Amino acid sequence: MKTDDLIAALSADLAPVPRRAVGRTLAIGLAAGVTISGALMLMWLGLRPDLMPAMATGMFWMKLAYALSIAALGFVLVDRLARPDDDGGAWRWLIFAPLAVMIAMGLYRYFSAPETARMALVMGDSWRVCARNILLLAAPALVGAFWSLRALAPTRLALAGAAAGTLAGAAGTFVYAFHCTESAAPFVAVWYTLGIGAVSLLGALLGRLLLRW
Amino acid sequence: MVRSQGGDGAAYGELLRRLNGHLRAYYLRRLGTPADAEDLLQETLIAMHARRATYDPSRPFTAWVHAIARHKLIDHYRRSRRRAEQPLDDADVLFSSQASGAAEAQLDVERLLGQLPERTRRLIRAVKIEGLSTAEAAARHGMSESAVKVSVHRGLKSLGTRVGEEEA
Repeated sequence: MKTDDLIAALSADLAPVPRRAVGRTLAIGLAAGVTISGALMLMWLGLRPDLMPAMATGMFWMKLAYALSIAALGFVLVDRLARPDDDGGAWRWLIFAPLAVMIAMGLYRYFSAPETARMALVMGDSWRVCARNILLLAAPALVGAFWSLRALAPTRLALAGAAAGTLAGAAGTFVYAFHCTESAAPFVAVWYTLGIGAVSLLGALLGRLLLRW
Repeated sequence: MVRSQGGDGAAYGELLRRLNGHLRAYYLRRLGTPADAEDLLQETLIAMHARRATYDPSRPFTAWVHAIARHKLIDHYRRSRRRAEQPLDDADVLFSSQASGAAEAQLDVERLLGQLPERTRRLIRAVKIEGLSTAEAAARHGMSESAVKVSVHRGLKSLGTRVGEEEA
């Protein structure tokens, strides 16, 4: 095909690009993924039985805030990395801010507890399954985020994959927080973070393979 | 590009035709084989088209195009199992190297010339771009030599002011 013909073909019937098209594409993929994550959580794990009383506690909201703040920062970061000429800028570092806050809270709680109670604050009752469950619940969100990114134009594939992983991990964590009954900051700082980090790593590895275009 | 994103097909076609030359020069210089360069050029145009939503109008368009062109080039190297040996941070190469730099400059000149009155524009093009002598240009346009000189001089001065305004 001659290049001139190609240009003529491409510019015929040009559809306008909607405003915030990148964010929109991303939101669609993510929303679909999170819906599946939510359904998976309800069928497989179930809501925590004490959801109503738990909603009156600060720590329940703190867990949600932790997940949501990482998700929000991750969304902006992925939105930027989805553009070929953008390296994410300061958002690459800002995304660690919620983690820093959570670690500070965890450390405070850990050291203000009597020494004999400290181990229980970190390990809780569910440390064996927490990170794994987050990883599994994040998987649909990761698929959704990658589906969106494949329609966009990331050029730093591992980084974009890692950011998408962090976003999906945070989304999975958000969903998981409705099941998980742990309420200690040290536990959240360690195991929730590990779960999200695992999804980030997975995203980085898969990004190099799946985000090519 | 901003008009293209609004759905203006004509502006978009014009934009792609302009980019065509840049991109061909860019790939030719790096690949050597014209057929490869043409393939990659077409691939880049298609990728740009499919992913045009990722262009953010508040950022330089050239950087966006360059990022895509470079990505396609690296992808080509990867596929052909050759190492991408050029430095990856040559962000301005596409629009500042000699061949395409000249082409880019020409685009700017054409655009600026477009703002001048028709007759002045033709005179400047004849004398300064085609390289005619003042006498030849005067003969061609049925004007006196001195009128040509004055007209060209005023036109260039006006262009100079406009460039100054754009850069300010």
